[in-house]
Amino acid sequence: MSTAAARGRFGSYGGAYVPETLVPALEELEQSMDAALSDAAFLAELATWLHDYAGRPTPMHHARRLSAVNGGAQIWLKREDLLHTGAHKLNNALGQVLLAVRMGKQRIIAETGAGQHGLATATACACLGLRCIVYMGREDMRRQALNVYKMELLGAEVVPVDSGSATLKDATNEAIRDWVTNVRDTHYVIGSAVGPHPYPTLVRRLQRVIGDETRAETRRRFGRLPSCVVACVGGGSNAIGMFTAFVEDEDVELVGVEAAGRGLDSGEHAAPLSRGRPGVLHGSRSYLMQDGDGQVEVTHSISAGLDYPGVGPEHSMLRDSGRARYESATDTDALAAFHRLTRLEGIIPALESAHALHVAARLAEQRSADDLVVVCLSGRGDKDIDTVRESPLG
Amino acid sequence: MSVAAPGTRFADAFAARETDALPGLIPYFTAGFPALESTVPLLIAAQETGCLAAEVGIPFSDPLADGPTIQRSGTRALRNGMTLHIAVRQIRAAREAGVTIPLAPMTYVNPILAYGPAAFMADLRAAGADGLIVPDLPDDEAGDVRDVAHAHGLAFIPLVAPTTTGSRLAHIAAHASGFVYCVAVTGVTGARAALAAEALQLLDRVRACTPLPRALGFGLRTHEHLEQLRGHCEAAAVGSALIDAIERDEQDAAGAAARFLRSMLHG
Repeated sequence: MSTAAARGRFGSYGGAYVPETLVPALEELEQSMDAALSDAAFLAELATWLHDYAGRPTPMHHARRLSAVNGGAQIWLKREDLLHTGAHKLNNALGQVLLAVRMGKQRIIAETGAGQHGLATATACACLGLRCIVYMGREDMRRQALNVYKMELLGAEVVPVDSGSATLKDATNEAIRDWVTNVRDTHYVIGSAVGPHPYPTLVRRLQRVIGDETRAETRRRFGRLPSCVVACVGGGSNAIGMFTAFVEDEDVELVGVEAAGRGLDSGEHAAPLSRGRPGVLHGSRSYLMQDGDGQVEVTHSISAGLDYPGVGPEHSMLRDSGRARYESATDTDALAAFHRLTRLEGIIPALESAHALHVAARLAEQRSADDLVVVCLSGRGDKDIDTVRESPLG
Repeated sequence: MSVAAPGTRFADAFAARETDALPGLIPYFTAGFPALESTVPLLIAAQETGCLAAEVGIPFSDPLADGPTIQRSGTRALRNGMTLHIAVRQIRAAREAGVTIPLAPMTYVNPILAYGPAAFMADLRAAGADGLIVPDLPDDEAGDVRDVAHAHGLAFIPLVAPTTTGSRLAHIAAHASGFVYCVAVTGVTGARAALAAEALQLLDRVRACTPLPRALGFGLRTHEHLEQLRGHCEAAAVGSALIDAIERDEQDAAGAAARFLRSMLHG
């Protein structure tokens, strides 16, 4: 194994399983990433954009009524939903588009599921003046019509993807095919901590601001760390951004929450860490929902952002080592948590984040009242209003 | 420690070519398309029309390197029930039916991992396959799988692209066996009108690194393309244009394939 491949490994996971055409581009990206992230001027520029434009640092809110009704530990919310465009995705999109400008790339492509990453990338391209093409499954375009319109308002071209299940997995395939074709002038802004090396490392670096702020804030307010941090896991970018800051703090429990869809035993879910086995999809080795012949399975979740058969390779390593624990929440659990937070705290959460809220409430019940449980509220729920309204469970 | 490349039917097939002949033709068939049992008749058609070898594409749910035509045929083949195990059986059946040209399965890494690389290679070799092409297993990741292939007497045929840098090219060529698959375009599979200038440059760069035969593929579709390649490479692969031709006459898939392959070889 070459040094480059070894550096892209998380235990036995990760790597760069891509067509040869892309390998030189990934090497160029890795070099540019290493140079930019050790360049004080680049980091200062990124920090300015995150502060002045995106609205960082995001607040932490003590969910008092939720904590009281739930019983047990105090639940605090890291409010990534208050970031510009309404989700943590902008941390990554701004960083990657700034990097693309530095690399001299003129054209940006992205995949999107729920539309939040596409929206964040279209936004970053609008404010930095780059051309933006977003691949989106036709089924997701139907489920998330408002985000499609927003991306188009921002000047992005949204390309429908009809292959496979017409969702995030297929949009990712199509974005990679575009990149194979236009690799010389195009940067692919991948939206989660997935994909070939160096993407999982790059996305983690750009999202760790979530955990760094959370860690500093809890120390400042309480002089200690939370006993537990909880985040939802689709590809797992908000989770890895939260976990990275705490991974050395062995007393802090790290809990990721996958989408159990209609139930882990129903076969209709998106929980590769709970029910998949290792395989290769979209350029890296990680836990994967696949059949016995190695064909990738169609997933289901009420939340488009979690409806993905793979997961970031570092989560696979953290799962196997036991440093992080991965639980799941069903569609019904997430809807109930959605309504509970809305009514008790006046915050309408994204359905993705509602999965984390469900598990956080259960964990809080088992702890004492002076314990702190922090939930990454990764996005706001405006995009999900129609889904909730149409749901028989709603 | 890498395992030495085996000698295969590929070496004999390329050695039998006359130096200034047209490049030998290597058709790509999606196993199990248009019908599950189409594979053997299609391979017979390839041999009878004078093709140098054939690629047996085994479909994967998420084929990153393939354009719309091969994706579509792969989706159909998966619906027909195609699997790696069935493809191995069909390769054995093709040998039993008298197919003697070199055969190289082409599939993605995940189905191979699910099957188990050692079991897959052993079964392929026993069935009569000669090599393996895995488009999402670049040189940096290929080591283990390539060693297993070589240990079972299978060539591991690498892909190189116009974007491949000089030092990578030398490295890839040093590990190659069978032939070097040269990707004609910066892009995915699919028929295109003209041969890109970067294709000929790539073929020259590969020749400077290795004496192994070179096959050009991705985008080729006409006899004129083959004529333009005379003297530049030893073989040419055709996939999407062939699948298109089969799609237009699915009731007579082998006949459609034979007509298309003859038109490519003879104009």
